[in-house]
Amino acid sequence: MTAVERVAESFRRMDDVKAGKDGLNCVLWSDRDASLEAARERDARVAAGPLAGVPYMVKDNFATLGLPTTCGSHILRGYVSPYAATCVSRLDAAGGVLVGKTNCDEFAMGSSNEYSAYGPAKNPIDPSRVPGGSSGGSAAAVASGIVRIALGSETGGSVRQPAAFCGVVGVKPTYGRVSRFGLVAFASSLDHVAMFGREVDDAALALEIVAGRDPLDSTSVDVPVPAVRAERGRTKDLTGLVIGRPREYFPEHLDPRIAALCDRALERLASRGAEVRAVSLPHTALAIPVYYIVAPAEASSNLARFDGVRYGLRLEGEGLRAMYEATRSGGFGPEVTRRILLGTYVLSAGYYDAYYKRAQEVRSLIAADFRAAFAAGVHALFTPTTPTPAFKFGAKADPYEMYMNDIFTATANLAGVPAMSVPVGRVDGLPVGGQIIANHLDEPAMFRVAYAVEDALGAEAHA
Amino acid sequence: MAVTRDDVKHIAALARLAIPEERVPELVAQLNGILAHMDVLRDVDVSAAAPPAFGSAPTPLRRDEGPPIQLAAPRESFAPSMRDGFFLVPRLATHESEDE
Repeated sequence: MTAVERVAESFRRMDDVKAGKDGLNCVLWSDRDASLEAARERDARVAAGPLAGVPYMVKDNFATLGLPTTCGSHILRGYVSPYAATCVSRLDAAGGVLVGKTNCDEFAMGSSNEYSAYGPAKNPIDPSRVPGGSSGGSAAAVASGIVRIALGSETGGSVRQPAAFCGVVGVKPTYGRVSRFGLVAFASSLDHVAMFGREVDDAALALEIVAGRDPLDSTSVDVPVPAVRAERGRTKDLTGLVIGRPREYFPEHLDPRIAALCDRALERLASRGAEVRAVSLPHTALAIPVYYIVAPAEASSNLARFDGVRYGLRLEGEGLRAMYEATRSGGFGPEVTRRILLGTYVLSAGYYDAYYKRAQEVRSLIAADFRAAFAAGVHALFTPTTPTPAFKFGAKADPYEMYMNDIFTATANLAGVPAMSVPVGRVDGLPVGGQIIANHLDEPAMFRVAYAVEDALGAEAHA
Repeated sequence: MAVTRDDVKHIAALARLAIPEERVPELVAQLNGILAHMDVLRDVDVSAAAPPAFGSAPTPLRRDEGPPIQLAAPRESFAPSMRDGFFLVPRLATHESEDE
């Protein structure tokens, strides 16, 4: 197929599944004519590139030329970036064609998409349920067949959790593996560019393209990009591979059907020669308290830039301070406001040591848990991605109850290690994800396990 | 360390947020509800905690020079208010509140 045919098919699919606000609401912004024009340019290239006209989408917190970048917020309504994110430029250079910006929780703060200022995206498997968040729009776009590849962002599980809820693959690389230039900052020590794929190979391809040092992001690491797609050929014989099963991720109150699906995947890996070993990551339960101090603290600082001066919404008041307050109060939604207040509180005089400093200390213990497990010879950890399948809209009214969705995913962001979610089956017809966590910069081991799970489960991963 | 109404008003002022009076009680309850879950951190033995860092080296810094890239559109295309190449803001005399 030509790039033009692929892009036209993607837009037809958007129409068929009602991707806009009258349907799944997973796509916020798109421009059919501009995408088709880009596709014609791709078709005219002498060297096609590894994506060769493949349509893709990105979450609405990536800077793109032409389409708005609003972060799912009223405060950036109508804002069009004057530059593109590095990872978007790299996908385009590889031959990809951007066909839309996807819905998300406002400034990536949420686990259900219910905090988007433009209404929530819906889960294509069951539209009465959330697609997960915050990158739920990207997950829904991949799950509904609009694109095979979409970018999201991760601060505490915002790609792996929606990937699990929608039955697709979600990858959070090592902290620093992918440039964040052009990704609107939420919590800088936790933010990652992450990717969805319909299959493991789609996500692997996207990672290989966007990864690598970028002088525009000083946190991007200067190490070679691994050929993770090569791991596809190393799945039949897993002899010598050690996979840890951390007991803290299989608590007694975990839905036994989810535990059983994860254990089925582990049994399949063992049948191919892998050693499955019980391990302990003793500080796991502290991840959510730590995360919900560190992330709001950093968010309160990063979001100070939205003040009505240089870009985005401005609401006038009597003088500068009143303008700031009117703009920010009118532009931010309730969850962003709550997190800014929480972050400001834990950083304020008298509370910094008790909350922020203590959280950073405990964070180092969580990272040490992972170091110890990998130092003991474990190549990858296997856990459930989420404690439940996708829940109904409105089911999590209490903020902390919503935060607990991140219980199995936030640890990898706090430690900076790579992690991904792959489908491992269904409960009551709803997708369940299994999570693979590897050591820093060891994406090859993580993908080897992911390819093996996908191959070993086959159609059972979606049944 | 319960959050009070005055705390919420104070941190809202620090964060440049105008919180309507009727929303303050709800935010007090929510913040206290969230922070109650953080108390567990107080009892953790952190004597073995290492300084928070990724890897062994500090984050490298790029040189602080110039705009990193060319903008594809002029600032006037996205700025709320500009004149002669400068961002316009309301008068600064009202910036500082009396209690800061």
